[in-house]
Amino acid sequence: MKHLRALNNKARRIEEIVDAAAAAPADGEDQDVVALQQGGNNQPKRPHVPMGCSLAFSPGWEVDATGGTAGLCQPVERDIYDCYVTCFWPAQVPDHVNNSPDWASQCATATKDWRKLDLVFP
Amino acid sequence: MTAMTAHAYGPGEFHAFESAGRKFIYLVSSGAVFELDQAASELLAELSQQRMHRHELIENLVAKGYAQDDAEGLVRELYLAQVVVAGEAVPAVVSAPPTDFPLASMVLNITNQCNLSCTYCYEFGADKIATPAGKPKYMDMETARASVDFLMRESKDRQAVHITFFGGETLMNFKLLREVVVYAREQAALQGRTVDFSLTTNATLLTAEIISFLAENAIGVTVSMDGPADLQDKRRVYKNGRGSYARIEPRLKALIDGHRTRAITARVTLTDGVTDVLRIYRHLKDELGFHEVGFAPVTSSGEQDYSVKAEDMESVLEQFQALAREWLEYALQGRMHGFSNVSETIGELVKGVNKSHPCGAAIGLVGVSPGGDISPCHRFTDADTHSLGHISTGIDKAKQEDFLTRGHVGAKYDCQKCWARPLCAGGCHHEAFVRYGDTGHANLHYCDWIRQWTDTCLRIYGALSAHNPEFLERFAERKALA
Repeated sequence: MKHLRALNNKARRIEEIVDAAAAAPADGEDQDVVALQQGGNNQPKRPHVPMGCSLAFSPGWEVDATGGTAGLCQPVERDIYDCYVTCFWPAQVPDHVNNSPDWASQCATATKDWRKLDLVFP
Repeated sequence: MTAMTAHAYGPGEFHAFESAGRKFIYLVSSGAVFELDQAASELLAELSQQRMHRHELIENLVAKGYAQDDAEGLVRELYLAQVVVAGEAVPAVVSAPPTDFPLASMVLNITNQCNLSCTYCYEFGADKIATPAGKPKYMDMETARASVDFLMRESKDRQAVHITFFGGETLMNFKLLREVVVYAREQAALQGRTVDFSLTTNATLLTAEIISFLAENAIGVTVSMDGPADLQDKRRVYKNGRGSYARIEPRLKALIDGHRTRAITARVTLTDGVTDVLRIYRHLKDELGFHEVGFAPVTSSGEQDYSVKAEDMESVLEQFQALAREWLEYALQGRMHGFSNVSETIGELVKGVNKSHPCGAAIGLVGVSPGGDISPCHRFTDADTHSLGHISTGIDKAKQEDFLTRGHVGAKYDCQKCWARPLCAGGCHHEAFVRYGDTGHANLHYCDWIRQWTDTCLRIYGALSAHNPEFLERFAERKALA
């Protein structure tokens, strides 16, 4: 490190990690945001936790222990609850205005009731 | 998910401080201490005014004359060390020690009887939580032996273990203490390990014979006492109200002259009217000759008349700071000062501790009552509400887990925004229980005080790192030797 001088044991351990990371090719690692999946050979290193997904319980959007989506409590192939609840998202999620008004009616609290979310067949 | 916008960079979670004309940060996510160079310091100053995107930060630096590579390197270095973060700084989660953490220390309460009647005593005073009725008053050798065996077993493959003798007044059961030292040494030797000892006493029962035993066996001694005669005799009294100073003074001199194998420490309890820290320190250190003197305000529910008044705490802090300045002067000359409140904190700063729990209670340390009940530490001895099992049956894992879950710093809401939490972790479990009725409650009554004190110690640390860094190395092993 050039700008921070490590002054205690913990700081020296951080220095080792930072120096090792700084020696590795940067390649998008300290970009602000990395997409869940990228095309071709640009896949982020795993485990990779996309922005937002690790901060709140959000069925269908969390990542599993490996940073992937294979072992989620609510598979991503079911429906993405948080997109349905909070925002417009250009993806197939249940339409709670016209077609699936009751889709999440059994899910008052996502952290407790996520099992009650169902599949939607358009 | 709301939107995939790029997060602007902002300052991470740290406490910035200056000392000896230099700039430092104390990183809360890890307990690391760094000195900043001018570039880093300027960048953090700008970020504290306004969040900026990475490219903006780099453009700014380039505009100031930095080469593109240097600018990127600086931002990257600060980002990787978590000094700057993308988005909001989120409190880092400190993982708890594993549940099978090996014991390192055991506090043996070899008696719950005491020949003094200090009015503020947490064991016998108004805020007591102990329920000793019907329980043994003195530990017997069978229980002591079982306790030593338990410590040897539960410390797993640790090379060294530690036993502290405690009371009541510890020396009221000196006969047992002597036998335990012999037995524990034998057991440790059989396993090719070592055991060391310390005790806490009020010094009234010290004799030449006891002193030479303590010296020969390198037993560390902490004396609970409150200062010169007028202050000591305010609350450290016999049952008839008579003060104890005249009794202990000659004994202390004999102890300090005759016991040179370990440090002799005084532990002072500050109470209403006993807040003259400087005078107490001078008396204990310079006149009586203690190696170290440590101070703590009395534990109380806040309603007792012996509690230190809020307005007096300010003067206590000022006096602490005067002693801290003196500590630094000594340290800059390479000399040890005896004010242990600074020494303890410096020892923790050298390591960069980041505590999940305020202390080792129920993790690496347990207390054992005269009857063999296990408690998180000596302060919970004989309190039925806090028993963690019995020496014959081992630690009740469910109770231990409940205690540690409550006491984890992550469970204390008020601590999440405090930069001093790596060192404090919410403060003493026992103090919290007496004050708030819950061992897992943050000790909110002294938060400001802790932050000011930690800042003082950080400044000392910064000054020493600039002018006498070798001195800090002496503290690397402090905890292990204490």
